[in-house]
Amino acid sequence: MKDDRDIIGRRALLRGATLGGSALILSGCDALNESDMFRSVLRTAETLNQTVHRGLMDRAALAPEFPASDISPVFKTNGSLTGTSAEYLAHLDTKFADWTLRIDGMVANPMDVSLETLRAMPSRTQITRHDCVEGWSAIAKWQGTPLRLLLQQAGLSARAKYIVFHCADSYGAQPYYESIDLIDAFHPQTILAWGMNGEMLPVKYGAPVRLRVERQLGYKHAKYVMRIEATDDLTKFHGGKGGYWEDVGDYEWYAGI
Amino acid sequence: MANNMAQRHKATTRIWHWLNAIALTVLLMSGLMIFNAHPRLYWGEYGSREDHAWLEIDDTRTTGFVKIGSTTLETTGVLGLSLGADDKVRRVAFPGWATIPTRYNLGAARRWHFAFAWLFALGLTGFMAASLLNGHIRQHLHIRRAEWAPKHIWRDVKNHARLRFDAHNAGTYNILQKFSYVGVIFILLPLMIFTGLAMSPAMNATLPWLHDIFAGRQSARSIHFICAALLSIFVLVHLVMVFLSGPINGIRSMITGKVAPARHVNVTGVTS
Repeated sequence: MKDDRDIIGRRALLRGATLGGSALILSGCDALNESDMFRSVLRTAETLNQTVHRGLMDRAALAPEFPASDISPVFKTNGSLTGTSAEYLAHLDTKFADWTLRIDGMVANPMDVSLETLRAMPSRTQITRHDCVEGWSAIAKWQGTPLRLLLQQAGLSARAKYIVFHCADSYGAQPYYESIDLIDAFHPQTILAWGMNGEMLPVKYGAPVRLRVERQLGYKHAKYVMRIEATDDLTKFHGGKGGYWEDVGDYEWYAGI
Repeated sequence: MANNMAQRHKATTRIWHWLNAIALTVLLMSGLMIFNAHPRLYWGEYGSREDHAWLEIDDTRTTGFVKIGSTTLETTGVLGLSLGADDKVRRVAFPGWATIPTRYNLGAARRWHFAFAWLFALGLTGFMAASLLNGHIRQHLHIRRAEWAPKHIWRDVKNHARLRFDAHNAGTYNILQKFSYVGVIFILLPLMIFTGLAMSPAMNATLPWLHDIFAGRQSARSIHFICAALLSIFVLVHLVMVFLSGPINGIRSMITGKVAPARHVNVTGVTS
């Protein structure tokens, strides 16, 4: 039989072991988190995730689409609520009448496409879910021009590997930008949206045009897109990791999880 | 003494136990950091600050609280609002001592979480396959017909309440142990993997049925959190049981596989 003292002694031991263990785990993990070698090990898993996703996934597999009854009553606004560049603010004053989307980089025919031209092109309408990296989700109806149509018109080079989106919003001095690979660029649901829930895309959601890349998280869905650039090398842009949050917040470039 | 030692745990069980202990610890602590990025839970497909949350951890700037349904509990000092190691007030859902990393860093927490998720998922799959082949499931986890009898279960509940465990009974689990181990291995742990996958937008495109099973991404996120809470309770009870039922023998048997021979007649009536 155990006497009470024995049990109390064990409890104290248990508590001590738990607290001590927690402190040890934490300081150890924080130290590992600062270690470049350990971070590169974790990054290997990130590459593995992308490879497995791309391996499992049908290139054209569609993200779920929803009935109109599932649309969020209020779509949470997030990130920048307006473009900030002087050029953007001037276009905002004239309701984007003279605004054009620049498409250049590794393309045969660099183009400037007006909002009117963009809206006259074949469009796709989809009710999809926007998933923030933070964990929340909101559903809306998006209407826009499939990106692949624009890339085909511009004559994308066979050497191009990525499409970079340059935006008019910024955080401090850092302009927002994002990039995706050609699998997502040519995906049928990847559109440059100019309509939301049956209306013109409001400014706080990215007017005049935002990217929808439905199989990835919210930070890939660049708002206030001014210029689309085809490239084979992401390291030459800004921080070199292919996107604002990738550079600043160390978020994954592949945001399928 | 060593000659009298009986075999208790198979090598695959022991290796998986410790690998899984590491993986679950990291997954829980990095998961709490990810939760801190948006400490609200919803049912259904969508859910954000604009929608009704069934669970919410937040602060009023001076107090921390947890709100479940319409019930609010003040949790100042632990949840919602707590002191950091530097004695500064931190307005985060889960305090720094419970998260990886200690300071708010969503990108780093996600990297830890998704790397250790591989260790966890591959480990569980390997353990299940090995346990099926080496007889662990059939011999030790399989719940026999006689054990389902309410009388038998009740007797085991009474034994636990009196803290009478048969720690030296090599190779058999009592019925409450079987219920909790089977529940964890075959229900909670797989649910963690499937609800985790159901939150991935790419996986939603690849395996749409997975997301349909849980009735939406936000429901999957809620179930992921609930299962993590149940697993944490399991681990706490498991640790208490190990300490109450003879920690030296218990821990040794999970490292070397051997256990000291029985000195008593098993309380469940089986002489070992």
